[in-house]
Amino acid sequence: MPTQDEIYSKVSATLVEALNVDEEDIKPKATLQGDLGAESIDFLDIVFRLEREFGIKIPRGELFPESIFSGDPDYVNNGKVTEQGLAELRTRMPFADLSKFEKNPEVNAISDLFTVEMITRYIEGKLVEPNGN
Amino acid sequence: MRWIWIDRFLEFDSGKSARAIKNLSRAEDYFAEHFPGYPVMPVALMLEGLAQTGGILVGEANDFREKVVLAKIQWARFSREVLAGEQLVYDVELLHLRPEGAAVHGKVRVDDALVGEAELFFAHLDQSRSQQMFGDQNFVFSGELKYVLGLAKAAARRQDPKVTV
Repeated sequence: MPTQDEIYSKVSATLVEALNVDEEDIKPKATLQGDLGAESIDFLDIVFRLEREFGIKIPRGELFPESIFSGDPDYVNNGKVTEQGLAELRTRMPFADLSKFEKNPEVNAISDLFTVEMITRYIEGKLVEPNGN
Repeated sequence: MRWIWIDRFLEFDSGKSARAIKNLSRAEDYFAEHFPGYPVMPVALMLEGLAQTGGILVGEANDFREKVVLAKIQWARFSREVLAGEQLVYDVELLHLRPEGAAVHGKVRVDDALVGEAELFFAHLDQSRSQQMFGDQNFVFSGELKYVLGLAKAAARRQDPKVTV
């Protein structure tokens, strides 16, 4: 079982390759889209590379859920994610740090949850799953 | 000119790898401009050749049910010019295949010498969205590209034991 540092450095290397960014741009809190310039197709590329790098299976939509709320008014109201929506996010993405997002849960800011440390935490969780691969 | 940048498959191992060739004739249109008096195969077209070889490999792995589009060139390196009269050999290996897409690694050789290498990433076009945009028809594997594989299959039946499709 690799240490958290080892996982982080492999995740960084994966992002350097997938997004063609400099290693010094990779920071734990860096957001994939905002800070590292990832586009939609890059998310799939990242998933492919992580699977190869760590020898795990990442089911579709698990690491990067697509359209979590699909316009459901119970989840999103007036451009803000509701309490129920936040609960859904916690269930779907237990590896994401919602502390900052919860203070101002604008639905457009969801992409800011996708950070380098979020991927690292996800991989950590995946590697300890009894049937993670 | 038709948008077909491989001439023939030499090998085809379903879901694993493919080898195709492309002969460069000086009569091809682009040599007139690229460059006048000095006919160099544009690297972008070699990437297209790799993408067609890889795209068919990826498409065939799912019996051409998916619309396979080139989504990203992760990296590409080329080390020398290729001139009219030479023959390109495209070797493509499937790295990863998932419901959403696939990644391949490709090499371009001339006379056994490596002239270029790239990693390509294909997406399976979202079924519902592509139907909206393009209708039911599989516009990626509609014609010429599939015929090339058909030729490889015919050749396999005839003689070449390396082609297994």
